[in-house]
Amino acid sequence: MKLLSIDVSKCTGCRACEYACSFAHAGEFNPLDSRIKISEFLDDFVFVPSVCTQCEDAYCVSVCPTNALTKNNETGVVEFNGDKCIGCKQCVIACPWGSIKLNHTAKEIIKCDMCGGDPECVKVCQAKALKFVEVEDAVLDKQHRNAIYYKEIASTGGAL
Amino acid sequence: MVITKGALNGAIACSNSGGHFGSEMKRTGFDMIIIEGKAAKPVYLWISKNGIELRDADYLWGKPADEVDKIMKENTHPEACTMEIGPAGEKLSLIANITFDGHRAAGRTGVGAVAGAKNLKGIAVRGNLSVKVADNDAFLKASYEARDILSKNAFSGGGGAKYGSAILVNVINSVGGIPTRNAHDSYFPEAEKISGEFLTKNNLVRNEGCDSCSIACGRVTEIRDGKYKGEHGVGPEYESIWAFGAMCGVSDLNAIVMSNYLCDRYGLDTISAGSTVACAMDLYESGYMPKEDAPFPLEFGSADALVNAVELMAKQEGKLGKLLAQGSYRLAEHYGHSELSMSVKKQEFPAYDPRAIKGIGLEYATSNRGACHVRGYTVAAEVLGKTDRIKYDGKAELVKIFQNLTAALDSTGICLFTTFGLVGENIAKLYSAATGVNCSEAEFMKIGERIWNMEKLFNIKAGFTKEDDMLPPRMLKEPIKTGPSKGEVEELDKMLDDYYKARGWDENGIPTKEKLKELEIENLI
Repeated sequence: MKLLSIDVSKCTGCRACEYACSFAHAGEFNPLDSRIKISEFLDDFVFVPSVCTQCEDAYCVSVCPTNALTKNNETGVVEFNGDKCIGCKQCVIACPWGSIKLNHTAKEIIKCDMCGGDPECVKVCQAKALKFVEVEDAVLDKQHRNAIYYKEIASTGGAL
Repeated sequence: MVITKGALNGAIACSNSGGHFGSEMKRTGFDMIIIEGKAAKPVYLWISKNGIELRDADYLWGKPADEVDKIMKENTHPEACTMEIGPAGEKLSLIANITFDGHRAAGRTGVGAVAGAKNLKGIAVRGNLSVKVADNDAFLKASYEARDILSKNAFSGGGGAKYGSAILVNVINSVGGIPTRNAHDSYFPEAEKISGEFLTKNNLVRNEGCDSCSIACGRVTEIRDGKYKGEHGVGPEYESIWAFGAMCGVSDLNAIVMSNYLCDRYGLDTISAGSTVACAMDLYESGYMPKEDAPFPLEFGSADALVNAVELMAKQEGKLGKLLAQGSYRLAEHYGHSELSMSVKKQEFPAYDPRAIKGIGLEYATSNRGACHVRGYTVAAEVLGKTDRIKYDGKAELVKIFQNLTAALDSTGICLFTTFGLVGENIAKLYSAATGVNCSEAEFMKIGERIWNMEKLFNIKAGFTKEDDMLPPRMLKEPIKTGPSKGEVEELDKMLDDYYKARGWDENGIPTKEKLKELEIENLI
């Protein structure tokens, strides 16, 4: 099972992911139609991507009165079926992260579907801040990045 | 892109900025905003789905650009994109810029003074409309093709991405083409200390990318030691490092970074600001500026003099501050030595020495907005490519091609840095897929040529003549003293005649009727 992994330290804030997501799903460019979101903090010039984490026990699924939202245990994706949606927006209220929302027309619920297993946001991310990786490898980069400090101490004969 | 009649020189002026403002504005449904006349008191413009509103900006007047951006976002929409002027633009400094989201800048030609003269402190936009292209599949394909070319290019996928545009410090210095100490020389022995490689080690926090950019040459930086410790912001990029660095003989990178931050906050063009300080240092050291006019010794190489002079200029403090804020030409003219201004059409030239890189001198001389590297970046061929930088043959044609390509490219809103990898054909493909207007490379280049000729006609009506297509005498008469280009001067005359011919203009640089007819703009004369 794969998931979208985010490395905040690598994000350049270019927002190509937002455009790619919107274009893949809506055929138009509009960050308001993007399932992935870049938040910009200009005081420190930090750019933070956020995307649906496909919860195991998802609030949006629990609250949906029509079973339009279901967890696919095989792919891990919380799937949305527009045909069953009545537009009550309970899922939008329930999601604590703002990962499920209305599109720019305010008529349609949109959420990340991982593009069926080949996410456009990952393809377009030149900075490699976004990766689509096996769950067990999701934190490898962070673990290795941290381990380098110890490696340097050890390789110079220092005491750990 | 900001277009005005130039504050600095009266020519057609345009200045480009990166960032996200352009695409946000497009999503409001507007492709262009035209500001006519002058507000009775300071205002800012707010454009959103709820309409267009001119709002009071009294409380923003006097505030630096980054703060204005923050307040405008607070008072409009947290994700609005903004443009604003700093105090320099308010006080009509002729080298004032316009910043976007408080940190990207349309730097050149004094556009900030024009906004200041209109009492326009800023514009905030927030769009909610979608942007469609004519052919989705073709556009996606052309976009990824372009991205792949850029990611394989040595600059846009390598050095430029890793070190920012400042990768060029060592590259240009290594051919002896970096104007040093107000262009008394063209080689800076201490270049390594102000290089992109050292900036990366000394100041870089992370890269920042403009809208959808795969290069992300933008630098988020901080100052970690010395008297400016704790300051942070963005940049500097290559031209700014050169202007405050080699041009002023300064090798203290933190002082250069600090000067860049000051220009961003107060709203000054870094190229003109640095070159103007260099000109002041030249006037001071040559004795043309009386010692009592300088509140501190304006000596080449002094990091303190640099930062202090930039601060005076930004705040327009004292006689010197007011003079500096008008750019190097007025400053040098004030002391009776306008020849010490390294400018064309009163605009300071940037970080490439015409004596060492022949074609770029012709570009400086003929660029419609005054001395400028970006409108005809022959450096890509003459230094980074295979064209012999010291030869004159073929340079007229080279300059013409680069100018036409850039004029068309700028009009698409695509960043010039993409042309390190992309050629006209790639851009024409993107343009065709986006607009549905089938456009070949040849047609795309013709669009550029038409723009160039229209700008030229504007300048002719504004009173510019062949005499204005001229370089500072130092470029023509004083050979480079040291380094790989030692002994070189620029011979502009021959290239200029060739250039007029290549353009289909007469011997005085006036577009002929035949040329204008060919470009379908004969109605403009």
